Amino acid sequence: MSSLRIEAHPVLDFPTPKKVKFFFEGKEYEGYEGEPIAAALHAAGVKMLRRSPQKNRARGFFCAIGRCSSCIMEVDGEVNIMTCITPLKEGMQVKMQKGHGTIKP
Amino acid sequence: MSRKTEVFVIGGGPAGLSAAIVAAELGAETLLVDDSAKLGGQLIKQTHRFFGSSNRDAGIRGISIASKLCKDVENLKGRLTVLKNTAAVGFYSNNEVGILSQNAYERVAYQRAIVCTGATENSLAFENNDLPGVYGAGGVQTLMNVHGIRPGHKILMVGSGNIGLIVSYQLIQAGVEVVGLVEGLPTIGGYLVHASKIRRLGVPIYTSHTILQAIGETHVEGATLSRVDERFQPVPNTEFEIKCDCICLAVGLTPLIDLFQQAHCRMVHIGELGGLVPLHDSGMKTTNPDVYVAGDASGIEEATTAILGGRIAGARAYESLHGKSEKADQIVAEAKEELKTLRSGSTGERIRWGRERVLKEVGAC
Repeated sequence: MSSLRIEAHPVLDFPTPKKVKFFFEGKEYEGYEGEPIAAALHAAGVKMLRRSPQKNRARGFFCAIGRCSSCIMEVDGEVNIMTCITPLKEGMQVKMQKGHGTIKP
Repeated sequence: MSRKTEVFVIGGGPAGLSAAIVAAELGAETLLVDDSAKLGGQLIKQTHRFFGSSNRDAGIRGISIASKLCKDVENLKGRLTVLKNTAAVGFYSNNEVGILSQNAYERVAYQRAIVCTGATENSLAFENNDLPGVYGAGGVQTLMNVHGIRPGHKILMVGSGNIGLIVSYQLIQAGVEVVGLVEGLPTIGGYLVHASKIRRLGVPIYTSHTILQAIGETHVEGATLSRVDERFQPVPNTEFEIKCDCICLAVGLTPLIDLFQQAHCRMVHIGELGGLVPLHDSGMKTTNPDVYVAGDASGIEEATTAILGGRIAGARAYESLHGKSEKADQIVAEAKEELKTLRSGSTGERIRWGRERVLKEVGAC
């Protein structure tokens, strides 16, 4: 399957920012610096971002604008991060959070 | 910390930006907050050319309209303050609004508030509608037109209003295969010119059909469709499966109205305008005399009418503080004339009917 990144577009020009490495569930991935974490994961083919706390249903990218909380994940140890509006940085550790997650004191 | 302003605009989409620009241009001290990192609201993901009216942005792409409004905002520095990444979270009874940015909570004391919160997308009830790969049209546009990433390789579009038709075309432009477009009604909802465009590109349009389920365990792998009767009930033994890796819902919008309720504005339910909207007069003033409304929050339409409603609200809010102004009157008169043209004809019938009802109800209170 071809990449989900748009290479050529009749109307828009997409700049190609710096590539950075990050980790999802311990595995190394590559994305663009500053793009939302969830966008980088989506481009890398990761569709399930967590499971719902009660019914264990798969949850993924949805509203893309920080409203719906479907994409909340654990980022660098902090839980409930809305990954669709949180910019990607080099070396980030991104994980599927368990249930509602535990807030560290 | 607290802030003070004459005019406080909530929302930096086409309506809010236009309201703030007009209020500041006329001379009001204006503060605008928006909860995202980039101003322009939904315009920043709209790559298609707008029909508009001859003297307002006809033939211009949404993204260019956003840039133009942002430039006007930039030129008003000094009189117009903008706070991005800042959400208005609550109205208080003493003309104060709480605003929340990344690390700070503040209060804004306003004399007039213009609330342009826009709308939220509707969902549709079907089995597995929560599977990863089921998106709203807004999410698809953000992913594809802002971040440069396709939502998937094969997409099924649900809803044949203008958003469903336009986003289908945008998906094809981005290199996604649109495997079909589903519409419950027997006819296409949006403009024929948009429908013809995607039909010419070979997209099958299933009118009088609905989606029964999304197929998949951890993500969408297909969908089951079926025919519906005239009461929108699935017709037995007409089910069939279609392969796709994502599903886009373009089934309408609902005004975002929480803040109006907090500000004690009288609300009215008008289906033609998308649901509950704050009652408002032709000058966009709600039943709370210090609170104005514009854009999709006043009734679902589109960006050009949002801009015009915003201009009216900005002008009238300014006048209510600084007295009658010929310039403000002219802005309102021009905007009303353009709105009349935009809402004319058979396509504007529902909107005209809805807006007339708002004015009738507000006259009665």
